[in-house]
Amino acid sequence: MNTQTAHDSTDWLLIFSCWLIATVSTLGSLFFSEIMELTPCLLCWYQRIFIFPLPIILLIALFPVDKRVVRYALPVASIGLLFTVYHCLLFFGVIPESLQPCSQGVSCKDANMVLFDVLPIPILSLASFSAIIILLLIIRARIDK
Amino acid sequence: MKKNHVIMITALLLAVVFIAGGYLYNSQQTQSQAELASQHQKLLIKPYAPRAGSPDAKVTIVEFMDPACETCRAFYPLLKNLLVEHKGKVNHVIRYAPLHDGSDYILQILEASRKMGAYWPVLDLMFASQPHWTSHHKAQPEVLWQYLEHYKFDVARLKQEMNDPTIAKNIAQDLADAKQLGVSKTPSYFVNGTPLAVFGYDELRALIDAEIAKNY
Repeated sequence: MNTQTAHDSTDWLLIFSCWLIATVSTLGSLFFSEIMELTPCLLCWYQRIFIFPLPIILLIALFPVDKRVVRYALPVASIGLLFTVYHCLLFFGVIPESLQPCSQGVSCKDANMVLFDVLPIPILSLASFSAIIILLLIIRARIDK
Repeated sequence: MKKNHVIMITALLLAVVFIAGGYLYNSQQTQSQAELASQHQKLLIKPYAPRAGSPDAKVTIVEFMDPACETCRAFYPLLKNLLVEHKGKVNHVIRYAPLHDGSDYILQILEASRKMGAYWPVLDLMFASQPHWTSHHKAQPEVLWQYLEHYKFDVARLKQEMNDPTIAKNIAQDLADAKQLGVSKTPSYFVNGTPLAVFGYDELRALIDAEIAKNY
């Protein structure tokens, strides 16, 4: 295998991993709302808005491999991360409750947010958006190399 | 191309996990619902709850409902027909699960009408006019009052009767029982204590038919 093919392979793997994380997150979020029937809170909705397009954008970038997908995917994922960080701060009480925008309907701090008593959904979202952004930054660093 | 296969297989795997997970979760939920219902059998029927059909019937449908709920409205005539169709064999117990904004108040009006012997006509009117007095899952009692007035119900007396503290107490009791029984949606049906596993009219009918076959 020459170096060019190896390089392309790594690019593919990076975008593929990104797509996989985004897809698992999207399906996971749909599983919570459609199957477990947990009503998404307001902040969850904003995060969903920014995760749902990523599986599509990233899948397109795999046929053929297109590193420029970073231009489109990174802004979307970054805005998603902002909402996630805010949600986590709210969830762990760093931001006082009076500031939360979702006092009506489903609480953003509800016990519903915790899976199997240990895993808060905002943390899952934080992990997913962070991993996607790190991978996208690596791909960006590899553009024109 | 090999890489394309990897993507396809991954996508397929994810879809299979999603569907299998959903199936597993649902069957588990159905089972725990049934266990919950059998554990709290006593909470299903309270002596104060309104009842339609023959008291000697061996098949009892317990419905947790909310007058502001659209699906309850859609199922109401179907249940009425079932009572006629299986006259004497089936009865229908109504419990309340006020899950919509403002339905507590609507239920107070309904319970007040019971004290005046006008329960079923008022319930009929509530369901018939429901699209006009509910908007975005929120009850608008002022509109309902207009309907009650128009159809010559004694609005003044209704307003007086609905303040009876027993009414509020019973509605709160119903909601507490609903929570204990795992009822989180309206309508929720229990036929002779068995919760309806998959929601739908045909499924409800099948459950009722099975209980009739068992008891008659």
